[in-house]
Amino acid sequence: MMDGTRPEDLQAEGKRLGIPAPIAMLAELTHRCPLSCPYCSNPLELARKDRELDTETWVRVFREAADLGILQLHLSGGEPASRRDLVELVSAAREAGLYTNLITSGIGLSQRRLQELDAAGLDHVQLSLQGTDAEMADKIGGYKGGFKRKMQVAEWIKEIGFPLTLNAVVHRQNLHQLPRAIEMALEMEARRIEVAIVQFHGWALANRNALMPTKTQAAEASRIVAEARKAHKGRLVLDYVPADYHSDYPKRCMGGWGTTGLNIAPDGEVLPCHAAQTIKTLRFDNVRAKNLSEIWYSGAAFNAYRGEDWMQEPCRSCEFKKKDFGGCRCQAMALAGDPAATDPVCIKSPLDSERQARAEQFSTSEDTELTFRAQPSSA
Amino acid sequence: MTGSVAPEAVPVLPRGVRLHYDRVRDQWVLLAPERAVALDAIGHAILKEIDGSRAFGSIVRGLAETYGAPEDQVAQDAGGFLRGLMDRRFLETI
Ligand code: SF4
Ligand code: SF4
Repeated sequence: MMDGTRPEDLQAEGKRLGIPAPIAMLAELTHRCPLSCPYCSNPLELARKDRELDTETWVRVFREAADLGILQLHLSGGEPASRRDLVELVSAAREAGLYTNLITSGIGLSQRRLQELDAAGLDHVQLSLQGTDAEMADKIGGYKGGFKRKMQVAEWIKEIGFPLTLNAVVHRQNLHQLPRAIEMALEMEARRIEVAIVQFHGWALANRNALMPTKTQAAEASRIVAEARKAHKGRLVLDYVPADYHSDYPKRCMGGWGTTGLNIAPDGEVLPCHAAQTIKTLRFDNVRAKNLSEIWYSGAAFNAYRGEDWMQEPCRSCEFKKKDFGGCRCQAMALAGDPAATDPVCIKSPLDSERQARAEQFSTSEDTELTFRAQPSSA
Repeated sequence: MTGSVAPEAVPVLPRGVRLHYDRVRDQWVLLAPERAVALDAIGHAILKEIDGSRAFGSIVRGLAETYGAPEDQVAQDAGGFLRGLMDRRFLETI
């Protein structure tokens, strides 16, 4: 290591301070993507291609991640298939001992490339679904012909035998397609489907009027998921991310800030969560300059919201604080303007009634025009 | 039928699910899509017998012998554990 601190020492020190080793890492290989979904979780300020980490650095980071205790690696983006070295990166990740998952729209994957990924040892594929027919999918993805291509890719995935999870992102404009999405997962022989109601971070914040489901829709989605879980038990596992803004209690933040996972942005900045860059007071370390272990255990951004000392009332004296960690820091930032505030999605938050009123407003808005995600400016 | 696996069924870990020794935490884990299940000694003892050719009944007999436990007790415990994994699609039988 550059400063002479050994990972073993850092780990022992972390243990003493009660900081567990992380389990999962999301590697955003690039912000480039052929699609432009209006709910993309990438930041508004997209990293340019010439700022992306090179192959060699990613390979080193994968090894550092395994040494740190990471078990699961998610290769994401943007569209990870937009990286020409994807196959090489998958080999390196497997060699490092990581369980390697590819999160993709399918665009950019040929049959040949999928076979190469198979040979490289790719463990699992997560395919995103923007809609259940070409009309909806191509409109939401902002890419003509995308749906047809994706269905072809799903065929190849099935032929090769990759374990598959279908990622259905649902919102006011396509929630009526949820039952069909579940059927499609069964047809594709997916073992899992992740039904996620759009989370309002990143580009989605600009699209709350057009995308926020109504309270009735959100409840209907929960019912459909619960029924499908029962009907397909042992065949299809359903994971569900319920609607933001319509709940009584906030979601648990990533299993706890700085306790379970980390993200690496295309340019090498290491983030406690994908939306952390919206908290402008945080400073992020970069893997180009420091070892991942040092960043995890001593990085300022990771330590900012670890434990409970940063909490305010009502969280500080709340019985649930160890369960939900006061909710989402990024949502507190977005809705309360203070990242240490109680997540305004909580009924105990002083902003609760305001949040509910806004949810009502967004979800019944007549403005359904979408603001699509942009592309990184070219170098 | 929860808690039971037929003696003649052959359990197998499907593609994308594998046993992994976690050297950082010094424990065995079952790696699966989006999940890492920490295994205790018993869980590991059961899973490491699964090779895609041995039937559940034979695995149970072996474990009962190794641990000096009654066979029907082992069948029930191991069966419940494997059933749980099957419900999560981490295990299949052939
Ligand atoms: S702060 Fe919010 S967006 Fe970030 S990990 Fe926590 S819950 Fe997710
Ligand atoms: S007050 Fe804070 S800790 Fe309590 S439920 Fe609400 S967000 Fe969670």
